[in-house]
Order: sequence, then C-alpha cells, then structure tokens
Amino acid sequence: MSLEIQDSEFDIVIAALQPNLTTFFEAWRPFFSRFHIIVVKDPDLDEELQIPTGFDVKVYTKSDMGVLGDTSINFSGHSCRYFGYLVSRKKYVISIDDNCLPAKDNGGLIVDAVSQHMSNLKTPATPFFFNTLYDPFRKGADFVRGYPFSLREGVECMLSCGLWLHNADYDPMTHVVKRNQRNTTYVDAVMTVPLGAMMPVSGINVAFNREVLGPVMFPGLRLRKDGKHRWDTLEDIWNGLCAKVVCDRLGYGVKTGLPYVIRSDVEAGQALESLKEWEGVKVMDDVLPFFQSVKLSTTATTVEDCVKELASIVKEKLGPQNAIFARAADAMEEWTKLWESHGAQSS
Amino acid sequence: MATTVTAPSPSVPSTPLLKDELDIVIPTIRNLDFLEMWRPFFQPYHLIIVQDGDPAKTIKVPEGFDYELYNRNDINRILGPKASCISFKDSACRCFGYMVSKKKYVFTIDDDCFVAKDPSGKDINALEQHIKNLLSPSTPFFFNTLYDPYREGADFVRGYPFSLREGAKTAVSHGLWLNIPDYDAPTQMVKPRERNTRYVDAVMTVPKGTLFPMCGMNLAFDRELIGPAMYFGLMGDGQPIGRYDDMWAGWCMKVICDHLSLGVKTGLPYLWHSKASNPFVNLKKEYKGIFWQEDIIPFFQNATIPKECDTVQKCYIALSEQVREKLGKIDPYFVKLADAMVTWIEAWDELNPSAAAVENGKA
Repeated sequence: MSLEIQDSEFDIVIAALQPNLTTFFEAWRPFFSRFHIIVVKDPDLDEELQIPTGFDVKVYTKSDMGVLGDTSINFSGHSCRYFGYLVSRKKYVISIDDNCLPAKDNGGLIVDAVSQHMSNLKTPATPFFFNTLYDPFRKGADFVRGYPFSLREGVECMLSCGLWLHNADYDPMTHVVKRNQRNTTYVDAVMTVPLGAMMPVSGINVAFNREVLGPVMFPGLRLRKDGKHRWDTLEDIWNGLCAKVVCDRLGYGVKTGLPYVIRSDVEAGQALESLKEWEGVKVMDDVLPFFQSVKLSTTATTVEDCVKELASIVKEKLGPQNAIFARAADAMEEWTKLWESHGAQSS
Repeated sequence: MATTVTAPSPSVPSTPLLKDELDIVIPTIRNLDFLEMWRPFFQPYHLIIVQDGDPAKTIKVPEGFDYELYNRNDINRILGPKASCISFKDSACRCFGYMVSKKKYVFTIDDDCFVAKDPSGKDINALEQHIKNLLSPSTPFFFNTLYDPYREGADFVRGYPFSLREGAKTAVSHGLWLNIPDYDAPTQMVKPRERNTRYVDAVMTVPKGTLFPMCGMNLAFDRELIGPAMYFGLMGDGQPIGRYDDMWAGWCMKVICDHLSLGVKTGLPYLWHSKASNPFVNLKKEYKGIFWQEDIIPFFQNATIPKECDTVQKCYIALSEQVREKLGKIDPYFVKLADAMVTWIEAWDELNPSAAAVENGKA
C-alpha cells in the first residue's frame, strides 16, 4: 500500500530571510544531514549567509535567479523559496521556514518532521470519506465501521501540510489581539482534507510531490504590502487553494496535521505595524467563494492544464474585482512557462 | 473575530451544567452497572432509559438517578402502529428516547462505555466536553488547520476569511473511544487485538459536503436543531441488517445539516469502550450493509434537498422520497425504510407538537 520513497528522492528547500542560519541548521542537523539541501537567499537580503558545515547544501542567490531571464514573478521575501522548487531536480520537496526548529511531541521526544512528511507522502490519502480515527494508515489505527471498502485504497498524497507550536500562523489582527497566546496543543493526528473542502495552507512547514504538483506550487498572489513576515503574505494560502482545487480535480490527496515544528516568536509584537495596510482581510472574503465554486473542465487532465485553466478563470472572474488577482493570474501563467523551461526535469 | 481581554491570569470560563436542558438517553438490554462509574458526571441529569429486548425483564437503575424507563410495551403503547419504525433487538431503539425527550439537548452513550483518562491521568468528563462543543460554533465552510478555533488557546489561522469567523450553529457533537475501536466485523477479525491508544487532543468541524461514519456510542446533539433527523433506522429483529443504525442517522443528518448550514463536530471527548462484541455475530448483522454502503454512500454524496425545505422534518421527508426512489431499486428493504422514515417524522411531530409548528433548524 505504501510507496517506496528513498532519501535521494527528496530535496529540502529553505528560504533564507535572515543571514545567520547557524542555530537553525544545527537544530535540524540530525534530520537534515542525509538530504540534499537547497537554500534560496531572499534577493533583498544583503548580508552573507552563515551556514554551518557538514551539510550537502547548494545556495542560490539573486544572481542565480537571473537564469530565468526577464520574469514578472517576484521572488523576494517568502516567495524566494519557490525558486528553490524550480531548480530542484528531486521528486519530492520539503520546505520549512528558517525561524522554525524541531518540536517535541507529547512524550518529550524530538519530532523528525522530515520523516513524518515522508510518511504522509508515502501513505495514501482518503479524501472521499472522512475517517473519524483520522489517518487509517497510521500504526494502531484503521478505517472505522461504516467506511466503504471500495474507498479504502485511497489516493496518492501529493501535499503534506504540517503545523506549528508556540508562535502559530495567525493573521496580524489576531497576533495583536492575542499577543500572549501560544499554541501549546500537540494534536497527534494526520488527516486527509476531504474532497471539496478548502483550507488555508501555510507555507511554514510543507512537503509535496514536486514531479506532479510542481506546476501548481507557485507564488501567485502578492499583497501590495507583501513583507518579510508571514502575516504580510497570502502567497502560500493562494497556492494551497489552487493546489487543492487541482488535487480534487485530478484525484490526488492533501493531508494536514503532523508534523509540528516549533516556531519562534522573535517577530511577535511587530504585527501592529502591518495592521494599517493589511488588505488580507478583504482579499480572503473574495477568494474563498471563488475557490469553493470553481469547476475545472474534465478535459484538464494534467496539473499544467489545470493551472492554465484556473489562471484564465481567475483572470476572468476575480481579475475585475482587484488588480492583485489579475496579477496573480499572470503569475500563474508565467509560472507554467517557467516550469516548462526550468522546472520540469527530475533527476 | 474572537477577542479576549487579557487579564494577568486568564480564568477559563466554566461550562454550564445544562442539567435542566439535557437528557441522557441510554439503550440497554443487559444492565446499567456502568452508570456507577459515570455517577459524578451524570447524576445531575435526567436519564431516559430505553430497554431493548424482553419487556418482562426488570432493568435495575442504580440508586440516586432521576430517570424514566421505556420497554417495548411502553413503546407500543405510546406510538401505537407507529411503533413499527422503532427497531427491536438493536440499540437503534435508542432513538425512541430522542423522540420522547422534552429537553433541548441529548447525550447518548452505550452501556459498555466508561470514563476514560486523558494523557495527564485525569478522568475525562465527556458530557462537559460535549456541552462545550454544542455551545460553541462550528466552522463547516473552511477547514481551520488548528482545528476548533473556539477552543481555549486556539484561533482561526492566517487566511481564514473574517466573514466566516462567527461560524455556524453546532447541531451534533461526535465523540470518540479509546481501547476497543469501532471497527466493522472484517477489520475486527483481522485485528482482534488492536486497541485505540492514541489520544488526539482536538475537536474539529466536519466540512460541509463531507460525509463521515457517525458512531452512536458517544454522541450529543441539539434536539431542537436536528432531532427529527436522528432516526436510527430499521435494524435488528426482522430486518436484514444491523449495526448500521447510527451510520444511517449520520448520513441523513449530515446531508440535512449541510443543507441548513448547521455544523457537526468530531473528536473530543473520548470515553473508554470496554466491550468488543462478537465479530462473527457482527459480520452476520453487517454483511448486507457492507455491500449496500457502496451504493448508499454515493447516494448520500449526491443527494440534494430542495431549496424550499426549511425545516428538518421537510428535509427528512424529501430525503425519504429519494431513498424510496433510488435505493429502493437495490433492495425492497429501502422501501420499508423510507416508509419508516416517514412514520418516524409523523410520530416525532405527534409527540413534539409545538416543535412541528415552528421552523426549526434554520441557522
């Protein structure tokens, strides 16, 4: 039932938004050291990166991005990781924000987030019916009474969305109002996001099948005041919604839950500055109804086809409402071109 | 958006007991010894015992509980010919208790379920958690990755539309079980020693449009919002199928909740399920269901309720017509079941006259 996945099929992609990655890499060393790692430096970051030795790392900087030629896609800030997705030559990618460290589970053991993501991608997803004991493929669990047998094979999981302890991924409003709140609840579950259900995918801790899903893993939506803090962005949310629509259309699965990482609150208290300009409030109210009702045609049988179709529907339906949607549609089309010319090959 | 006033040491608001607004419905054919363990949590509440099987047998209720008890003779007397819709020799008979209850909320539990302990070793007050679940909104329209945003210490994540943060009314709270998991017979046979030892510390809303297998072992619901949809079908004696009562109710209920924009939660609380029923007996009961569910699930996944159905009863009758028309082709049992669904609604409205006159279930 499970796929055989080798370590050599994985790339770890890290977006460097801060120069000193020593603490980050040392903490992740036990779990990262056997993989090839792609570090993409935020093109707006001037200082030299500090990365400890002993890793198989390739660093990409602004000058490397020049290989794409003239492109309308903006790879600055959190979007720089997507360049890593383009240049990776592996079947699978795991990406974690550079302010996240390994978490401890309820038993006090350090969580190997990489292995958990691998496990999520290796075992089937079950989008057609909700299993009340969550992931039926986990040790000690199974499908419950009433779960149709024909649906027990599941489908291949293409996207694994992990979570975060301590500094949770909230919007700036919530950060400000609940400034002392920290996420301390470790929910010991992985589950499939059901067919037709939409959810906000956070880019802080994700893994995916790059070979299949690569064309839809793009930085599309960029807020006018897109910044360096996660709460200044919605690019991952947009990406996740597109990916979910495509997965639903093509019969692929998306999982959410474990693994957790622990996210530092070094930015806490700075959300106040973002409030004035944060247009994310209004944007999501338009975005969600669109994604809930969008229907891709049955002729779209590949991820690329789906993205092209989705881009044109976005341009037609959302574009007129707000320029950032028109630009997102352009970015999506641009990405499919970039993917074709630079991203498609796997080694 | 949920806002909190941050005091130096924020106190957790206590959950209301709702002792005059909640009935506990318990089907039993054996005894009620299990109630002793639940006494600290259940004693404030009124119990409705539905005695299945031989009405001549006396079921002893432990001292100190306030209860009403119905056996088959009572059910026949109260419902007359309509009693045909209430199953015999199956825990499905419990839904009679829902019908006669006069309270806003119902909690139902099996007589082989006990108090579980949480990971810290503390006894879990399952009823309190169900009440918390029912009294706080659900979020069926967009999945919150941090699960229940109304839980202490949680919230809506970035990207969650603000227009959806008030949530929907919660109609059903579906709890889980540690120890003996609720597996079907084939799985039980293949994995007789498997025990559910994983405490998943979350409550979440089942998304709109998503069906799930609802287990009746540890279940609470808002009777005023969804009661008429909680019919547990025709099972047991004289019927070709058993152990699909709660499943059937869950599928009907979810389609109707989705139509009326009501929420369904699953997850906490856990209780301790102590008894594994005989898998060979179970297989005989479930056998037809295992095949039929292959058609039943697509039926419910594609079922639509006409827009003008704005009460649970109307939705349920509309559903029964589709059951008759579409599932009736699979087996005449479903025609009987469709009839029973109608009888159930008639009986419900007879026993709950004021509710019938009011549009209920509207968000």
